[in-house]
Amino acid sequence: MSYRIEGREAAWEVVVGMEVHAQVISEAKLFSGAATAFGAPPNSQVSLVDAAFPGMLPVINRECVAQAVRTGLGLSAAINLVSRFDRKNYFYADLPAGYQISQYQLPIVGRGTLAIELADGSTKEIGITRLHLEQDAGKSLHDQHAEKSLIDLNRAGVALMEIVSEPDLRSPEEAGAYLRKLRTILRYLGTCDGNMEEGSLRADVNVSVRHPGEALRTRCEVKNVNSVRFVMQAVEAEARRQVAVWEEGGAVEQETRLFDPARGATRSMRSKEEAHDYRYFPDPDLVPLVLDEAWIEGLKSFLPELPDAKKARFMAEYGLSVYDASQLVAEAATADYFESLASGRRAKTVANLMLGDISAGLNQRGETFATTSTFTLSASGMILEMIEDQTINARIAKDVVDVMAETGESDARAVVARLGLRQVTDRAAIEAAVAEVLARESAKVAEYRAGKEKLFGFFVGQVMKAMGGKGNPALVNEMLKRKLS
Amino acid sequence: MNLTDFDLAGARRALGRREFSAREFALAHLAAIDALNPRLNAFITVTADQALAEADAADAALAKGEGGPLAGIPLAIKDIFCTADVRTTAGSRILEPFIPPYESTVTANLRRDGAVFLGKTNLDEFAMGSSTTSSAFGSTENPWKRRQNPEIRLVPGGSSGGSAAAVAARLALGATGTDTGGSIRQPASFCGIAGVKPTYGRCSRFGVVAFASSLDHPGPFGRSVEDCAILLGSMAGHDPRDSTSVDVPVPDYPAACGRSLRGLCIGVPREYRVQGMPGEIEEMWHAGEAWLREAGATILDVSLPHTKYGLATYYIVAPAEASSNLARYDGVRYGLRLPGESLIDLYERTRGEGFGAEVKRRILIGTYVLSAGYYDAYYLKAQKVRALILKDFTDAFEKVDALLAPTAPSAAFAEGDKTEDPVTMYLNDVFTVPADLAGVPAISVPAGLDADGLPLGLQVIGPPFGEAKIFTVAAALERAAGFTALPAIRAGKLAA
Amino acid sequence: MPLDSNTVRRIARLARLRLDEPEVERLRAELRGILAWVEMLDELDVSGVQPMTGAVAMPLKMRPDIVTDGGDAETVLGNAPERIGDFYAVPKVIE
Repeated sequence: MSYRIEGREAAWEVVVGMEVHAQVISEAKLFSGAATAFGAPPNSQVSLVDAAFPGMLPVINRECVAQAVRTGLGLSAAINLVSRFDRKNYFYADLPAGYQISQYQLPIVGRGTLAIELADGSTKEIGITRLHLEQDAGKSLHDQHAEKSLIDLNRAGVALMEIVSEPDLRSPEEAGAYLRKLRTILRYLGTCDGNMEEGSLRADVNVSVRHPGEALRTRCEVKNVNSVRFVMQAVEAEARRQVAVWEEGGAVEQETRLFDPARGATRSMRSKEEAHDYRYFPDPDLVPLVLDEAWIEGLKSFLPELPDAKKARFMAEYGLSVYDASQLVAEAATADYFESLASGRRAKTVANLMLGDISAGLNQRGETFATTSTFTLSASGMILEMIEDQTINARIAKDVVDVMAETGESDARAVVARLGLRQVTDRAAIEAAVAEVLARESAKVAEYRAGKEKLFGFFVGQVMKAMGGKGNPALVNEMLKRKLS
Repeated sequence: MNLTDFDLAGARRALGRREFSAREFALAHLAAIDALNPRLNAFITVTADQALAEADAADAALAKGEGGPLAGIPLAIKDIFCTADVRTTAGSRILEPFIPPYESTVTANLRRDGAVFLGKTNLDEFAMGSSTTSSAFGSTENPWKRRQNPEIRLVPGGSSGGSAAAVAARLALGATGTDTGGSIRQPASFCGIAGVKPTYGRCSRFGVVAFASSLDHPGPFGRSVEDCAILLGSMAGHDPRDSTSVDVPVPDYPAACGRSLRGLCIGVPREYRVQGMPGEIEEMWHAGEAWLREAGATILDVSLPHTKYGLATYYIVAPAEASSNLARYDGVRYGLRLPGESLIDLYERTRGEGFGAEVKRRILIGTYVLSAGYYDAYYLKAQKVRALILKDFTDAFEKVDALLAPTAPSAAFAEGDKTEDPVTMYLNDVFTVPADLAGVPAISVPAGLDADGLPLGLQVIGPPFGEAKIFTVAAALERAAGFTALPAIRAGKLAA
Repeated sequence: MPLDSNTVRRIARLARLRLDEPEVERLRAELRGILAWVEMLDELDVSGVQPMTGAVAMPLKMRPDIVTDGGDAETVLGNAPERIGDFYAVPKVIE
């Protein structure tokens, strides 16, 4: 069902395109040898080239080019063997040269495609228009001093990939799914860490509205949205704003806006007297970038398995559901963790444990499958083994995980031993608990015997409760069945 | 013989034989600068202490028999090359306080070979000009005087006028310059010395304050063709820090100077014969043809049909690139800063006050021709005409080995002339600009004097990386011309 | 192509150059002269000609991904007309 905004008389469709700026993972910057690490002391990662001193010249970093090619390949896009760098000229305090080296007419990557999965289970192909390389700008701090803005050029010159989508998105959900998927692919490829809080991934969202079937109307750009959630909110807020403008008889003006999360609305950027005239022209300090087919083939052969392919394989090889497979491939580290853990085990059990209790435990500790020191492969393996050999049951496993999440310990067996969480398989103890419950609930027993069969689950629950959750489920079931018949 | 009367080749021999020390040699030139620079204003900054320290180091090396090819040779450096810890101004107020913490590759190469730097020479601001009258540090006087009216101050040409005047007046044995529209060759011609614009990419632009990136060519001035060949050999070479630097080996340029012209074919481009060209220049050009014929070359009439569009092409492309290259001068990280109430105010005041009139003119033209709506009509079109101009040369060089042409449409003119309208000044570059646009190497050699006793230069243009060939031809011209005249103002002689 | 004073002012603003009124007038005349002169290129038919974007025809050389530069804030701050700690300082910008 299509997303619509209900207007006064008719429904409105939302048309969204996105330009995502992704910081390239590399040791050094795009055109200089300065470092790119995040969080360094101010101006400590700045070459004279980055600071645009007189006579300084750009020299391109091979790895940044490779990362752009890998990303293009990961988006099934055309790699342009010849591309060119152009200067985008404008003045700003964080742009030392007074121009940004970017690619305008001949980008390194051409048309591609990306598939998104929506909540209703459908998938949609979103077109990628192009990807190009460009320099990031420095940072201006406007709130550190009463009368001055402070400039830090550490980020100036870091390589960015600008990834432009076709205006194929039609709802906040699709916009969020697109950004999430793109981020996942970038992380899989190792070309960008996708860390939106640190600013390594930023989205500019182009939004317009129209009645279904109409030609495209004027769009506005919402700049520098730095989370998936905000992107979705911004799309909705901006679309509604535009609908209101049209319905009041006005016309949406093409402009650049910012999303204000506190107000949940977009606002116009501080007005500029003149629109930027970037005066793009080919950078005369550089010559055309010419790529070798063989080199590209080499990069291609070393690409990791990408999320869509991995998901399909998980479903086929491990018999996982679409949902489980999707969850497990959201991060490459999670998928690798799963495959290690699932080796020689029942895939569904492993998936359930990972996606259920362990994910909750990780959340509590602020860890991930990639970073955890608690729920290591060895720890998870122990839990699975203990379930397998009946030392614990699934209910106890949850308690074990809870304890580990609290304390950070990773020796699951030790936890079980220390807290005496072993599953009870002693038939006498189970029999006693069953007897106690059935005696207490004689009315319900009568109802059950009279035909209300779904009360069986209630009895199971009561016995488990009486046993502190430690009863062996199979034995409990067996006993109850016998006693109730 | 005065220590300031040596040519480079001769000085090297004398230093090698320890006829005098590098220190004595430097002192002699520093004394000449002391005496004459107050009048000529060829130098913006004199680095006497450093020069003597460098001379001492050269003496130490020479004593051990280890001196480099330029050990102890005193040079003047155009103040557009960044020299570490030495003020570098590009002739502009906006860089007046700038002290670079880095060295340009070309000057590093010269240092590597043992050269001694006497100081930084005057230039048209940001290398934009052909008279060295637009510097924030005053104009430079041409050491040559007219026979009649010797009291008139003449321009040394530009933009590398300080370097040319310094070499001509024997304040330095050689010098560096940059040629973007003719800024080495034209001042060489006006000052009666030799000057080379190498192939684009032959000398690194790293550390050279950029004017027009695709047109800037660092190159040498010398008293003779051989001197230029020696200097170019040190200056040239691939530099991985410059993406437009070409990785082609540097041949033995001085060896080319003595080669015979037999078998060479020299083209005379008919379109360089412009209307209103002074008769003396045309005669000198014919004389040049005759000399080359006598030396064994064949002369062929060739056509470079797009020659007359060179200036218009240049005055679109160069300002366009300059408008972008000069955007970095904003008062934030180095150079002049004028206080501003807002960021825009800071930029506008700093740049409004820091840049001179010619620079502002070119920035505005450049901004205009790149702006929305005009890019196709001006900049894109100019780049296409540029391709046609290159093709003219490529086609010609299939028939001939080199071209012979005048360097400038006049001898040195008086300061104050040609200032009513910028275009008149721009016409000075008519013979030099095409080689910059095409990136082909060219050399100017003094060939004779005009009726006023002022030097006139002839230009030899060659195919890409054909520097050796043009040295061969230019050396032959030099031998035939027998140009021995000296400027009135020079070291070792009292001014007229 | 008409080049009026407003255009001169607009271009000066794009180029961040402060011009006083006499300068605007003088430049208007000078720029008109220069532009009229360079318009001689209109005589030429350049259809089918590839623009020459630089004077050297070779592919871009790439460098290895190694940190070889930066690391010393003083090098880039040493010439700064105004700095606060290890930052460049400019009049406050309101976004």
